[in-house]
Amino acid sequence: MKYASKRWFIIFVVPTFAAFAIAFLIPFLSGLYLSFCEFRTVSDAKFVGLKNYLSAFSDNGDFLNALWFTVKFSFAAVIVINVIAFLLAVLLTRGIRGTNLFRTVFFMPNLIGGIVLGYIWQLIINGVLYNYGYSITSSATFGYWGLVILSSWQMIGYMMIIYIAGIQNIPTAILEAARVDGASPFRTLRSIVIPSVMPSITICLFLTITNSFKLFDQNLALTAGAPSKQTQMLALDIYNTFYGRVGYEGVGQAKAVVFFVLVAIVALLQLYLTRRREVEN
Amino acid sequence: MKRIKISNILSFIVLLFSSVVFLVPIVTVVVNSFKDKFSISQEPFVLPNSNTFVGIENYISGINDTDFLSAFFWSLFITVCSVAVIIIFTAMTAWYITRFKTRFNKTLYYLFVFSMIVPFQMVMFTMSKMANVLGLDNPIGLIFIYLGFGAGLSVFIFSGFVKSIPKSLEEASIIDGCNVFETFWRVVFPILKPTAITVAILNTMWVWNDYLLPYLVIGSDYKTIPIAVQYLKGGYGSVDMGAMMAMLVLAIVPVVIFYLSCQKYIIKGVAAGAVKG
Repeated sequence: MKYASKRWFIIFVVPTFAAFAIAFLIPFLSGLYLSFCEFRTVSDAKFVGLKNYLSAFSDNGDFLNALWFTVKFSFAAVIVINVIAFLLAVLLTRGIRGTNLFRTVFFMPNLIGGIVLGYIWQLIINGVLYNYGYSITSSATFGYWGLVILSSWQMIGYMMIIYIAGIQNIPTAILEAARVDGASPFRTLRSIVIPSVMPSITICLFLTITNSFKLFDQNLALTAGAPSKQTQMLALDIYNTFYGRVGYEGVGQAKAVVFFVLVAIVALLQLYLTRRREVEN
Repeated sequence: MKRIKISNILSFIVLLFSSVVFLVPIVTVVVNSFKDKFSISQEPFVLPNSNTFVGIENYISGINDTDFLSAFFWSLFITVCSVAVIIIFTAMTAWYITRFKTRFNKTLYYLFVFSMIVPFQMVMFTMSKMANVLGLDNPIGLIFIYLGFGAGLSVFIFSGFVKSIPKSLEEASIIDGCNVFETFWRVVFPILKPTAITVAILNTMWVWNDYLLPYLVIGSDYKTIPIAVQYLKGGYGSVDMGAMMAMLVLAIVPVVIFYLSCQKYIIKGVAAGAVKG
């Protein structure tokens, strides 16, 4: 097509590009550079090489603790969310009465924001623990399971919708054939349903893994890292490094770069592994 | 036949039980919002009685403490404007860079896709400093910033759909004498409408609930609902649990109304957005 011109480029692309550059591109590149600098306000940046990265790992155990806590949390959350969401999707695609109402209920928590979710669950969990003389900040174990329960409650509905769409895409002819051949419901699930919904599984794993790794609001509202930073996840640790102590902005930025690289590696690795299974099946 | 029926009844019971479990937290918060603030944290699962029932007292103190009405206004204003701006500009950009494959446009597309994977913490400090320097630390500036952050996912979803639109429609419109701008809005955008609804839903859910970005950019002067809720916790030594419960209910009510009135689109949008993403 020949009707492209500078004038149209300015109207169609420049506004979005300008916003994208200011909100993302320039901050990303300067963030990358600043992770090798010491600074307080950006304009006073002084190049210090890898010092920030070394500090991030060696100053105190916070970053590694947060990393370990994040990994542990993501592992449990991803399994719980996907297993329950998949089972609910299977039950909701059987044409049972009330399916729409159930779906509405399961999805609803997903629309509530992380901060509000955190305080809702703080009330519930503290209410239960109060009977035993504890609160959610008494032990990191409570905070850990609290976060797993909270994010399951939030994410199950979303993943369930994706699994339902996947299951509904399976041609009924195949399911009929399996039934005629005398396949048990379990066998049908294992040999037909699960292989057919591999693309949905890929997407759900991607979304749950990246969301669990990046969790911030829920973490801040539910425990804010208590007791003594033991339930602090990576995003919250980075936030506290930036805004909690003056002079550590460079370290915070270095942690953020490491965090970005980690999220990117985990996400791409997962996509690569599950996409490969899709092709095989 | 009989076996199928029994298994259906069992499934129904499982689903019913799960929905009750899903609803308990919300119901508990609503019930507690009418209770005296001292009886909330100790016995949240007890219904209010004549001693602990306080009517709408918690709502009054919650609304006053956090200036909820202004928070509601800013949340609504920022969400509606940001989503509208995102739809208008990213649809145009997505169509343009998908149709005219210059090297710049292709690079731009990959940058948009790349931005989706980058965690917010990576850019939060430099971005908020930049917003400050450029004078974008006000609600209008925030809308501009949301356009930049929303561009990745939105352009990606729109582009996926633009590829399936035949070019002949656009060419016919150009031959009939429309310019590029008219062609886009009269011919292309009507076809993109279902996708625009998906993009609008996904962005509404994100912007309405977003906490950290608005907190860092405009948090000291303007509060949105999530900032107001967090402020209630952070502002004082001890939290007024009554006001907190009332605020949680007030934060949930608009979301539930939005959900129940556009449920069909939301469920479809989420499924469609995920398949593209």
